[in-house]
Amino acid sequence: MSPGDRNSALTIAIVFPDLLGTYGDGGNGIVLARRAAWRGMGVELVQAGSGRPLPSADIYCIGGGEDGPQVRAATSLNEDGTMARAVEQGAVVFGVCAGYQLLGRSFPDSTDRAHDGLGLLDITTRKGTGPRAVGELVATMAPDAPHQAGGAALPRLTGFENHGGVTSVGPSARALARVVRGVGNGGGDGTEGAWSGRVVGTYLHGPVLARNIALADLLLGWAVDPSDSPEPLPPLDDSEETALRTERLRAVERSDRGHVVSRLFRAGR
Amino acid sequence: MTVTPVGPSRNLTARATAAVDAVKVGNWLSRTLGRGSGTVVGGRVGLAIDPTLLASLARGMRVALVTGTNGKTTATRLLVASLACDLVPLASNDTGANMPAGHVAALVASPRAVGAVLEVDESYLGQLIEATAPRVVILLNLSRDQLDRIAEVRMLVDRWRTALGHLGQASDRGEDGTVVVANADDPMVVWAAMAAPCVRWVGAGQVWHDDAVGCPACGGRIEFGSGGAWACDRCELARPERDAWLDDRQLVSADGVRQAVDLELPGRFNRANAAMVALAAPFMLDEDEPGSRPASGRYLDTVLSRMAHVDQVAGRFSSTTWKGWEVRLLLAKNPAGWTAIFDLLDEVGAHDAPVVLSINARTADGLDTSWLWDVPFERLVGRSVVATGDRRLDLAVRLRYAEVAHTVVSDPLAALDRAVEMHAGCDSPRVPSDPSAAPPTLARPRPIEFLGNYTAFADLRRRL
Ligand SMILES: [Zn+2]
Repeated sequence: MSPGDRNSALTIAIVFPDLLGTYGDGGNGIVLARRAAWRGMGVELVQAGSGRPLPSADIYCIGGGEDGPQVRAATSLNEDGTMARAVEQGAVVFGVCAGYQLLGRSFPDSTDRAHDGLGLLDITTRKGTGPRAVGELVATMAPDAPHQAGGAALPRLTGFENHGGVTSVGPSARALARVVRGVGNGGGDGTEGAWSGRVVGTYLHGPVLARNIALADLLLGWAVDPSDSPEPLPPLDDSEETALRTERLRAVERSDRGHVVSRLFRAGR
Repeated sequence: MTVTPVGPSRNLTARATAAVDAVKVGNWLSRTLGRGSGTVVGGRVGLAIDPTLLASLARGMRVALVTGTNGKTTATRLLVASLACDLVPLASNDTGANMPAGHVAALVASPRAVGAVLEVDESYLGQLIEATAPRVVILLNLSRDQLDRIAEVRMLVDRWRTALGHLGQASDRGEDGTVVVANADDPMVVWAAMAAPCVRWVGAGQVWHDDAVGCPACGGRIEFGSGGAWACDRCELARPERDAWLDDRQLVSADGVRQAVDLELPGRFNRANAAMVALAAPFMLDEDEPGSRPASGRYLDTVLSRMAHVDQVAGRFSSTTWKGWEVRLLLAKNPAGWTAIFDLLDEVGAHDAPVVLSINARTADGLDTSWLWDVPFERLVGRSVVATGDRRLDLAVRLRYAEVAHTVVSDPLAALDRAVEMHAGCDSPRVPSDPSAAPPTLARPRPIEFLGNYTAFADLRRRL
């Protein structure tokens, strides 16, 4: 089925923007919705507030947030059950930061007490002992990470992380990427994010999809074409997104070179 | 209304005296070497010599503290304007250096000051309350700002609450008790201010609700009703009964008295700042004891008319000329601030003037630009927009997804050139103008609007 054949509009839900969405994470839903609309697809972007039943959707975007709201969100989503049922029927879920953690088996609150996650990803998060991971992150996609429609590997991930959690990826999930710069999952294995089926999570908060449009189109492609080998989506003029990606990746390289020089300088004294 | 100046009872210790000298030398050096305005370096040196210096300097002074995420520089300026004739001399950190080193520098710079109006960074409120035993604390609002740098909103609100709870002891000193003037429309502010023994509640409005939906008391949900009223769906937390509120261009007291708030400064959020200041100013003078009714009538008239003449605040809202065209300089640092500025643009109408947006992400701005996605840039659809600043590419992508037509120019001054070209009609904007809009008039053209975040704004001012 190609996008033009769809009778019903694509529904993209931003999950609990009133609880989760501390860092502009609602932008991920905007990116997906616009990229669908620009290709002529019917699309509905739903702000699914807490305290109401979760609407059914083709793609759920879950954002980051503070400890209290994260626990409330996980509790509500578990009681509601809509998302778990939707995932069984092929819905796409994209979680960032706290939204990534709560997709897993368990995650900590501010006192390090473990809370039940949704269990949609085989990951477990505990509180880190070191300083918060804050800064630009670059990661290359894991070899077994999902590939773009047409078969090419996804390009490097670029984004900003800000979290204190350490996440380990269990056997039923796969790491999404390998960290080149930054912290990511932080468990010592150098991984970042996780995925399983059509559920994807990452520590890259904020509108990570604006900097990683290939990942955005992968999620969109899954929702549009449920077959195992979806057709590539029609191309868009992505020159501004590409310019931003290039500039951010260069900025990280530049600052890495700066670190090396200052280390050499210190070592020489 | 007059005040008997008690004068600062500065019996400084030898150590404090040495520290004050060091502040003066540091400020002088810093100014002479041209490395800044000399407000922070000297203060740092002084605090290093005597960590209790701020408390020594503030002893015997009438101090007002002004804090909040947005508007604190403006409210500080308005309070100074309100009091400048009654408390002479009056010290203030009017350069925006709002951490203790800046406060020390401001107090050293006015050695004979009987009063001080201090803008305080949100995370230093507790420290400042302890050091200065203020007469008045103004709490404007609390929303997200630079989250990679400053504690998140809820941590901040808990720290405010603890600090204001400590005011309990201060009020035992009778006339020296502290009055907190708090924005009743902001649940975060209310939760913190409720801990204080004496509060004046002002309905100043709130443009940004997204940080306040989770109840700070119980984690329940805050429901906002019509007219700004709000209540938690689980616990007792609700908007307190207001002593006064802003109704468009009028300040309404609980007893029904209405007074016009007419300011040179534009926008509703500046009238809100003025409303808060109007309620606070009398408590800096002798006539209004903390337990008395909020001031109304003649003195409020005086205060409001003194504020009316303030036309710019550290360059914000000021106008300048670029290549023969008027440019208005506006500063917004976070989603709530940007939303308020967009309200201001809508208030003045006229969609024909180009808007230059400049975004940096240096240390003072916060290194993360995710907040751009919390700003409702969609509201600029139909305007001619030029994107500039260090992070113009982040901004350009955000504008693309907001479907706002824009051009990207790397240098901010070149961006102003571009806006001038657009305004002069050398180049028509990419978006066709709204056919239903009023035809162009022969009146003076609207100024080009320049909106920058913190260092982007400061950079442009330096270069103009
Ligand atoms: Zn509550």
